[in-house]
Parts: sequence; structure tokens; C-alpha cells
Amino acid sequence: MAQIAESGGGNHGKKGKQRAKKSSTHVDMTPMVDLAFLLLTFFVLTSTFSKPKVLPLNYPAKVPEGEKIDRPKINNAATFILADEKVYYYRGEFYPKSRPGENGPTELKEANFGSGENSVRKLLASWNNYVIKNKVILEQKLDKKQIADTAFNRQLDDLTRDKEAVKVLIKTDDKALCKSFIDLVDELKIANVGVIAPTDLSPEEKELLKEKN
Amino acid sequence: MPKIKMPKGSPTIDMTPMVDLAFLLVTFFMLTASFRSAEPVIVETPSSISDKIIPDNVLMVTLDKDGRVFFNLSEPEARREMLTNMLSKYKVSLNEEQIDEFSFMSTFGCTMQELPSYMQTEAAKRASFPTEGIPTDSTHNELLDWISFAAAAAGNTGRTAFEEAKAKGTDPKMEDFKPKFILRVDSKTLYKDAATVIDVFRELNLNNLNFVTSAEAIPVN
Repeated sequence: MAQIAESGGGNHGKKGKQRAKKSSTHVDMTPMVDLAFLLLTFFVLTSTFSKPKVLPLNYPAKVPEGEKIDRPKINNAATFILADEKVYYYRGEFYPKSRPGENGPTELKEANFGSGENSVRKLLASWNNYVIKNKVILEQKLDKKQIADTAFNRQLDDLTRDKEAVKVLIKTDDKALCKSFIDLVDELKIANVGVIAPTDLSPEEKELLKEKN
Repeated sequence: MPKIKMPKGSPTIDMTPMVDLAFLLVTFFMLTASFRSAEPVIVETPSSISDKIIPDNVLMVTLDKDGRVFFNLSEPEARREMLTNMLSKYKVSLNEEQIDEFSFMSTFGCTMQELPSYMQTEAAKRASFPTEGIPTDSTHNELLDWISFAAAAAGNTGRTAFEEAKAKGTDPKMEDFKPKFILRVDSKTLYKDAATVIDVFRELNLNNLNFVTSAEAIPVN
């Protein structure tokens, strides 16, 4: 490499035809290679491959001020409360101490985002077993082309709204971080929960949360 | 013992294949590279399993970890329309050049009062522009105005794009051209701060929001 074109041949004093100088065909490629690798390094380091993704979430419509709506009774509801770094949950309706339900007042249980016994993932998988099982059946039907794409999506949508399916309310404390909120929504999507409603804490729940800490 | 004579070859190596490969890679990276546009804030997004990529016509509100609010609208034409409406509402004036520059900018965050000096700052120095972000107080809610003007403007550009696509003979869905509302939050942002922005959206009856997340593997059961 790094060869400088030699003066090839030259005139050897032959008397015959004057031959054109035969220069070497080697071109010094080093600078070009340097440049190529420089550019290569630049593009490798600056390009970003993974485009960010979006996680869709529908919020409940705002109730106009002064208007009061009765909260509908939700079948098979679960409520998650996000506090500082902890996740609490309870199933069904909320019964404050002053008005206990059949099984006494509601107690908050603690969960975590790991994959162990008390993890959100395990809990949701067991609660939402009905949807997860039926989704597998639907997927098999889709694979065998027994139902079309659109029908699959519609049936899946109906399934997540079924009365057996879990509906989740998410309530957040003032100190909750966005990360835990997104993590929770993510877990809900993994468990195929279709009805997710982020709402505000009620005063009674706040009190209960204060006792926990 | 006779000495072993090493063949006296030229030390030249044929570099052509290497160069070929290098240029092939350069070409590949040049064509696939998409550059990150200059952002005034660094936001570390949480991760999720969602595989929906960010759509085209978007209206994005960014919250950094201190809860400062930034805003971005993707379509330049819509940005111009939104800015003109905002300027006349808040009685702030910018020159033609600055309006042009604004419509091709990306995320920005400052109060309407600060906007002229923000636009005078060199593009590279805007990241360190001292600002509290866009105000979201209920008494002085500039974000609400930005969003409502932006939603109207982005709706118009979306409709134009839809008509154009329709004229070309393809069969477009209006749904794909409607502006999408995106919230980009840092992992460490307090949810309370995000909730104030979400409430602004909900006040305008825009309830379908999207959170920007980085991709994460789907767990196998």
C-alpha cells in the first residue's frame, strides 16, 4: 500500500517505437479508506435505530362542573393505588370503616413489580385468567383462519369487557412517579385488561393510605 | 545449514474488498440513519411492551423530571397557524423571520412573554434558556390555549392531507390523518404533574392520550 506510483519502465534506449510510459496501476487508497471508516464510525455512533413507541390510554371524559353522576357499579373491579414507591390493591367495592361491607372494611394489600409471589403480574394473571384463556382460544381460531382479523379484534374487545373480565381503576398518590404508573399500565396490557380507568383517590382511601405509611 | 530465505514479497495488501465493505456500510448507515432533532430537554421515557410506533401528525407535550412543560407540534403549516393565533391572543409580536423559524423548530417551552427573547436566542443555546416551561395554572393556562389552537390547526392539515391522499386514488382512512395526542414523560416525573397536563387535555375533551415509551420485550408465560 502506501505506494507511490513508480516511474514505470522508462525509455530503455531502444531505437524502435517510442512507448508510452507504463505507470503502475496502483493508486494509494489509504486516505479514501480513512475517510470511509471515519464516516462509518460517525454514522454508527449517531444513528438511532429504535423509534420510540407509544402506549395508548383512554381517560374517562371529564364530568362538567356542578353535574353529579352516579358511579356505576363495576363487575369484577380491582383498584390499584400507587403511592411513593409501593403499590397497593384491593378487590371490589371500597368499604370504609364507618360503613363496612359483608367482609368488613376494605384493607389495602401490598404488591410489587417483580415476578415473585406478590407481583402485580402474578395477581393479574390469576384474576384475569378467564380473558387470558379465551384469548388463547381466539388466537388459535385466528391461526387456523376460522375467523378474520377484524372479527378477532372485535371479539377480543368484547371479551375484555365481559362481566368475568377484570376492570381496573388506577389511583395515584401525590408522590407517585410516572414510571410506576406506566409500569402498571404495561402490566395491565400484558394481562389483557381492556378496561383501565385512571381516577382520583377518595378521601377515605387517602386516610387508609396514610395509616399504611 | 542453508539459510531459509523468506520470500521477498511486496507488503502491499489488496484493500479493495475492505474498501468495498466500508463504503457499503457507510451507504447503509447514511440511508437508514434518522437523526434525533435537537430537543431543549432530555427525557428518559419509561419502557412498555407496546409496539405501536409514533404516528405522523402529532401534538406532543413533554414533561421533564422537574415537571416543566414543553410543547411540540409536528406539522410546520399547523405550527404557523397555531403561532399566529397565539400571538394575536396574547398580543405578542414576532417578526416574519422568527415565525418562519418557529414553524420548523421542534419542542419548545417558555411563556408567551418570554417567546420573543426565546426566539432571539441562538438555536444551540435554547436548551439552557432559563424558563419554567409553559404555564399550566388554572388562572393563567397557556398550555390550554396552545393545545386548543394546535388541535384545530393539526385537524386542518390532517384533513388537507386526507383530501390529497384521496385525490391520488388510494383509499385512506380519516382516522390515520387525525392528530394524535402524545404525552412524553420522564421516568422520574411525578404523576401529579402529568395529571395536571392530562386534566388540560380532558378539559378540551381530548381523552385518548398516548404515552411515549421505549420498547421492551414481551414476557413469555
